[in-house]
Amino acid sequence: MLFTSYGFIGFLAVLFLLYYLIPAKYQWMLLLAASYLFYWFANPVYLLYICVTTVSTWFIGRRIEAVRSVQSAYLAEHKQELDKEAKKSYKALMKKKTWHLLLACLFFNLGILAVVKYTNFVISNVNAVIYAIGAGQPLSFVNIIVPLGISFYTFQAMGYIIDVYRGTVKAQDNLFRFALFVSFFPQLVQGPISRYGDLSESLFAEHPRDWSTISLGLQRMLWGYFKKLVIADRMLIGVNTLIQNPDTYYGAYAFLGMLFYALELYADFTGGIDITIGIAQVLGVKVTENFNRPYFSKSIKEYWNRWHMTMGSWFTDYIFYPISVCKPMLKLSKASRKALGETIGKRVPIYLSSFVVWFATGIWHGASWNFIAWGLGNWVVIMISQELEPLYQRFHNRFHVRGSFFFRLFQVIRTVLLMSCLRMFDCYRDVPLTFRMFGSMFTGGNWKELLNGSLLQLGLTLTDYRILFFGLVLLIAVSLIQRTGSVREKIRKLPYWGRFLLWYGLFLCVLLMGAYGVGYDASQFIYNQF
Amino acid sequence: METLLEILSDLHPDVDFETEDRLIDDKILDSFDIISIISEVADQFDVTISAEYIVPENFNSAEALYDLIQKLEDED
Repeated sequence: MLFTSYGFIGFLAVLFLLYYLIPAKYQWMLLLAASYLFYWFANPVYLLYICVTTVSTWFIGRRIEAVRSVQSAYLAEHKQELDKEAKKSYKALMKKKTWHLLLACLFFNLGILAVVKYTNFVISNVNAVIYAIGAGQPLSFVNIIVPLGISFYTFQAMGYIIDVYRGTVKAQDNLFRFALFVSFFPQLVQGPISRYGDLSESLFAEHPRDWSTISLGLQRMLWGYFKKLVIADRMLIGVNTLIQNPDTYYGAYAFLGMLFYALELYADFTGGIDITIGIAQVLGVKVTENFNRPYFSKSIKEYWNRWHMTMGSWFTDYIFYPISVCKPMLKLSKASRKALGETIGKRVPIYLSSFVVWFATGIWHGASWNFIAWGLGNWVVIMISQELEPLYQRFHNRFHVRGSFFFRLFQVIRTVLLMSCLRMFDCYRDVPLTFRMFGSMFTGGNWKELLNGSLLQLGLTLTDYRILFFGLVLLIAVSLIQRTGSVREKIRKLPYWGRFLLWYGLFLCVLLMGAYGVGYDASQFIYNQF
Repeated sequence: METLLEILSDLHPDVDFETEDRLIDDKILDSFDIISIISEVADQFDVTISAEYIVPENFNSAEALYDLIQKLEDED
């Protein structure tokens, strides 16, 4: 059931109605039922996977909590007779127990993710080797169902168990409440990847009907639908034409496809998240923001702090930091500083940990070399910009342009272009073709063709281009207004007729310009596939 | 505290670490800085700051970080 389907709108309407009709103490139970129903509509088999992850993580969370309770009770009981060393060694022993429980949970659940998502990728690579060395019959691919949103809910559940292990959250006693945290349907298929500590309180709370919050949520959903149906799904037509025919559309067209895809992905993903957060807001649930005007970033590092923020912080907190500060890495840091000098030596472990994180980020997005290349491409660019930092500093000391509007504009455009170049790996069927298409932008020599009417051969009409231009202007305008706070809050302060015109106008735009209708199959959100 | 302030100032000479108390919230320190600090602290104080302690409350100010180091030293 896509967010853009009529069925989903009907599902939401019934849910919203029931949610505020039933006693507030049952609201979370209704949400759990709705979440499982939503997942069941996608494919009943998926439920098996999410149940296994839910029950195993909940159970191990409870075990970790139980070990900790035993520890507290024992230490309280033997407070007098234990000296500092005895206490320390007892704590170490108990910590080891919780560590083993954590490892079991991580291996089991990340193992499921790895098997369902990457088995065929491994087989295809093994087959490539078999083919290359002529070693006999290739292996057969296996038919495994990849549950919708498995990367998202697994990461959310694993974040929870790590937080329980670290003691930053208390394990949830109630299995059904925990099941709701893992399966909360608005964010199940494309995030944000919420932290238990951030989401649980409002998820399980009672929410009396508040028209102002409900209307803010509906407005956010409408804006999300505008981005998805009016911009992203229209742009998709052009993107598909350009990237699926690389022999025809190379050079200038590859550049155009790259820009089209940047806009499509932004509208698609941020639109999907707007719908998610909007639905949650209607239900009174506070979901963490996932974007902070990413296309206004002045560097790639900044961009990754503003794009898909919940995924970025997940990788930072649960992979980058633990690897970077583990004892072997600290030893490596010491050794590399001794061998290579202070400046270079201290960067070695950071770059090594970053490599692991970007490799993981790439493969998390999809089981293909394209995504791995994309992840590592990001790593290379970030490392280069880090190494060039002293050069930038010298440049800024000499030319005082840092605060100027045009320099900031240059930085923003540079970042958007760099990110868009890297995203070409998402577009083309394999890595060599991506490099060929990238190279063709400089050697294609067909830039004049963009002006001879060929843009109208890409499946987009002049009206489509006008609508896309209007959408782009609106996106930029909204992002600029957002610099000083929520746009919806600002609109709320307008007189009634102003609010009516704006929201009714946006509704009409979605209705009249949206790429949907009877017989039209609105496209799946790009991030649903991850 | 002097040693810690020295470590921090080497990293960002332009920041007044004695008064600044929003080092993480205002994104003055990024993840690479934090790892550099932890590595230096491990050398200078012989204290290992594990990942679970990397939260804004512990890194927002030099004082908070110093308190954390002292707490970990006591635990050792």
